[in-house]
Amino acid sequence: MPMDGGIGASTKRREDLRFLTGNGRYTDDINLRGQLYAHFLRSQVAHGRITAIDTADAAAMPGVVRIFTGADFEGVGGLPCGWQVTDKHGQPMQEPAHPVLAQGKVRHVGDPIAVVVAETAEQARDAAEAIVVDIDELPAVVDMKAALAADAPKVHDDLTSNLCYDWGFVEENKGAVDAAFSAAAHVTTLELVNQRLVANPMEPRVAVGDYDPWNDMSTLYTTSQNPHVIRLLMGAFVLGIPEHKLRVVAPDVGGGFGSKIFHYAEEAFCTFAARQLKKPVKWTSSRSEAFMSDAHGRDHVTRIELALDADNNFTAIRTETYANMGAYLSTFAPSVPTWLHGTLMAGNYKTPVIYVNVKAVFTNTVPVDAYRGAGRPEATFQLERLIDKAARELGVSPVDLRRQNFIQPDQFPYATPVAVEYDTGNYDATMDKMLELADYAGFDARAAESAKAGKLRGFGIAHYIEACGIAPSNLVGQLGARAGLYESATVRVNATGSISVFTGSHSHGQGHETTFAQVVSEMIGIDAGQVEIVHGDTSNTPMGMGTYGSRSLAVGGSALVRATNKIIAKAKKIAAHLLEAAEADIELKDGKFSVAGTDKSVDWAGVTLAAYVPHNYPLESLEPGLEETAFYDPSNFTYPAGAYGCEVELDPETGKVTILNFTAADDFGNVVNPMIVEGQVHGGLAQGIGQAMLEACAYDADGQLLTGSYMDYAMPRADDVPAYTVDHSCVTPCTHNPLGVKGCGEAGAIGSPPAVVNAVIDALHRGGHTHVTHIDMPVSPSRVWAAMQAK
Amino acid sequence: MYNFDFVKPATIAEAVEALSGEEAQALSGGQTLLPTMKQRLNAPATLVSLTGIAEMKGVTRDGDTLVIGAATPHAVVARDAAAHYPALAALAGQIGDPAVRNRGTIGGSIANNDPSACYPSAVLASGAVVVTNTREIAADDFFQGLFETALHDGEIITAVRFPIPQKAAYAKFLQPASRFALTGAFVAQYAAGVRVAITGASESGVFRWTEAEAALSGNFTPEAIAGLSVAADGMIGDLHGTPDYRAHLVGVMTRRAVTAAR
Ligand SMILES: Cc1cc2nc3c(=O)[nH]c(=O)nc-3n(C[C@H](O)[C@H](O)[C@H](O)COP(=O)(O)OP(=O)(O)OC[C@H]3O[C@@H](n4cnc5c(N)ncnc54)[C@H](O)[C@@H]3O)c2cc1C
Repeated sequence: MPMDGGIGASTKRREDLRFLTGNGRYTDDINLRGQLYAHFLRSQVAHGRITAIDTADAAAMPGVVRIFTGADFEGVGGLPCGWQVTDKHGQPMQEPAHPVLAQGKVRHVGDPIAVVVAETAEQARDAAEAIVVDIDELPAVVDMKAALAADAPKVHDDLTSNLCYDWGFVEENKGAVDAAFSAAAHVTTLELVNQRLVANPMEPRVAVGDYDPWNDMSTLYTTSQNPHVIRLLMGAFVLGIPEHKLRVVAPDVGGGFGSKIFHYAEEAFCTFAARQLKKPVKWTSSRSEAFMSDAHGRDHVTRIELALDADNNFTAIRTETYANMGAYLSTFAPSVPTWLHGTLMAGNYKTPVIYVNVKAVFTNTVPVDAYRGAGRPEATFQLERLIDKAARELGVSPVDLRRQNFIQPDQFPYATPVAVEYDTGNYDATMDKMLELADYAGFDARAAESAKAGKLRGFGIAHYIEACGIAPSNLVGQLGARAGLYESATVRVNATGSISVFTGSHSHGQGHETTFAQVVSEMIGIDAGQVEIVHGDTSNTPMGMGTYGSRSLAVGGSALVRATNKIIAKAKKIAAHLLEAAEADIELKDGKFSVAGTDKSVDWAGVTLAAYVPHNYPLESLEPGLEETAFYDPSNFTYPAGAYGCEVELDPETGKVTILNFTAADDFGNVVNPMIVEGQVHGGLAQGIGQAMLEACAYDADGQLLTGSYMDYAMPRADDVPAYTVDHSCVTPCTHNPLGVKGCGEAGAIGSPPAVVNAVIDALHRGGHTHVTHIDMPVSPSRVWAAMQAK
Repeated sequence: MYNFDFVKPATIAEAVEALSGEEAQALSGGQTLLPTMKQRLNAPATLVSLTGIAEMKGVTRDGDTLVIGAATPHAVVARDAAAHYPALAALAGQIGDPAVRNRGTIGGSIANNDPSACYPSAVLASGAVVVTNTREIAADDFFQGLFETALHDGEIITAVRFPIPQKAAYAKFLQPASRFALTGAFVAQYAAGVRVAITGASESGVFRWTEAEAALSGNFTPEAIAGLSVAADGMIGDLHGTPDYRAHLVGVMTRRAVTAAR
């Protein structure tokens, strides 16, 4: 292994030096000469018709350069949706226009109406207050089922209703599923809410648009997880700027969790306004604005049923979900409750037939899109809560019921009834590991101790599977994606042997600069310090799709391996020439090329120098230089899986739940940097526990946002989460990517919510509160107490 | 934030003078006032800082009374009151986070009289005296409902005088997001009887639970109030707790405070 760590080493994150010392370079740190500031005037009502906008007074205020309204965007494109879902009748979803600035109507609190561009941010804000907007308020629709009533107010006048689509999956299986339910020995039913969440990355969104009129070149600096995607969407669909005249840079980005995947109005606005004004235009979101303009997550209302035969084998699953789209379709919103959710409904189990119905609904709320896990946490939560409930109804152990229905190791590859094929896995192994690490055997004794102190202790189990490494392009194309989902890498070997890697993937906390360097260092046998990872700038990285869906290493890392293999292949040719040997006899080890069976060798730098100073070089058969690009399109998803165990103590007097221990045994396939994987799991668990215990985004019946700040939106803090026990020693390597990796970024957020809620229900049952079969998240003290009272 | 003038007087008299100006407002730790100004919900023309006034700062013992300058930050109370009035020190030490405790002050907290704030319960349960630049106001007269106090325009709280109890404790149940009191109970036992003040629960702000006071004055044990409860009527209902839940917590937190009192 190379000196400072190749694959498998817990190399310290090189990027942390700049982050932890306050020297990161985030979008808000970018200030350009002559820069102007944009302030968005946003709707304070959930639904209304704009009858007049008077900007005269505002325009006369100090420092104001120009005020933009929807009228300035006539002829400019709207924000595009990147995924078209086809409904159960074969019809395309209803797809409303999504203007950059409101055109005639406002549809949610926070919908942008006008923008003031001024010399300072304060001047822009002052002037925005002086704009007079007349709005005829309309009744708002907030509740999804109410929004589907025949006489409900319509969010979009030009659509036939507030129904975006009614999706059936797999529609052809519906009859078989219904038949299985008729024949079932037992049916367990659960109704639940997977609540709306706000992503809350530490860094709010920022956009700086710049325009160079002499070269007709636009640049957008933005807080994005995928700068190339933004360039494509904004350039092609909104502003009509071809790629070669548009550069998008996403420098250091302080967390995204999905919310920075999407193309937002503010990005298009700053780019557009910079062209109009021929000056840089900057917008920095306040935290309050983030609550009402960042895409929200989850917001599903579900009824799920499980059919079992007399031997407790799962025979069918049937679900009906209402999924909130909010007022507009955010970039990938339609895919989340459908293809990212329905395809996971088999979980780790052999259930032969499954039917998933999803009704996506428009409401007068902030658009909802992918949030850490995206669809998969929704699927896992339903399924793992349902199985727990079934075990309780049947009087069997929740461990045994799961084990009995697990897909067995010898059944892989396993085609589920919901269109995906799991390549590999061993679910009993992760279950065993979790139960061992959590000392499940000793739980009853610990529960007795708690009972003595007047507390209720509970143990909750969840076993999850997720589909990561998104995604085979041809497959997602058939499913409605309007993008490919390959990844790219360029490996540029410099003359003295150092390497610059340009990846289409993007790091906003994941640590690519460290792990990607570990991969290259291992493959070539040089120090990782010799390898630099460059990402986030469309002007120097190959077109890539960015980072989300736990795809960076599985897809971006695979592209990197391919490009590095091309480099090695060419370097061997050069070495063969230098060593006057046959190419087939050249071996690369520890950064040295040698001729098999001889002591003849040339080191890495000798070969790279020859590539750029080709004095002694096979110029007639080989180009000089050493730079290769690879694009990798995965042949399947990857399927991380794991067993989670949560141990809680509940105070029956107040309903307060404390998580005492949390154990995660994950199978992520091969692991490049165990420390980083552990950190990703910790972060995911904190987010999942946040959802389970604390977080909820709430609207009142008029569409006013009740949780517009941290006074009411409860983020998890360090003392809300326990010390975790995290293990990834159960490894079934992915069978179809070169590193055998599966992805670890979302697992924690997917597996933990059902484990927490199962633990709370377990504690209540042990305490005799057997009438409580479910509590919706967050399982706050007040909800737990109310559930206990509701006998 | 809108523009404003800023003055930092060194004496109470100068501060009173400065506060008589048009749209002038007192600024103490700024932990409540500055966020509202940043959100442009509040726009004073002049901010008169009270934190440069030496006579308004510090914790001093005066016989059976603990005197706390109104501009004393929570962190200083947590440290300096501990030997004299541990329950009060513990309350101060649980407010917000270290930054809030090092800036926010007792005077600012009670002048603001947030229905979920901690200090008002200690002031009321201790039967403390709120000292201003012109008069002394009994705690029972000072708090007058949500964000309402007996203070006149331009009147400054200079100190709070706390009679030191035989035993006392504060039991706070955290609102999960803000970590203010979802419900908090301050219980203080004096020779003359027990006082119980409840914060966070009622729609009319901090209040005395007189029924519990009577029971505890005879028998200072949690059992003495086990059968008592407050009505859910008039309790706050929001995302974090229903009126029923808060009414329930009033009993639980009061019993816990009695158990913890020392
Ligand atoms: C993150 C956070 C968490 C918090 N958590 C808690 C908590 O758990 N419990 C809790 O009780 N509080 C909490 N607070 C509030 C905190 O205690 C504030 O410090 C306090 O409410 C206001 O005190 P201040 O000195 O900052 O007052 P300021 O913000 O300066 O002033 C508040 C108001 O009082 C007036 N005022 C200030 N001083 C005087 C005076 N001497 N005489 C007359 N009027 C005056 C001002 O004009 C203003 O109207 C929290 C605050 C924050 C930001």
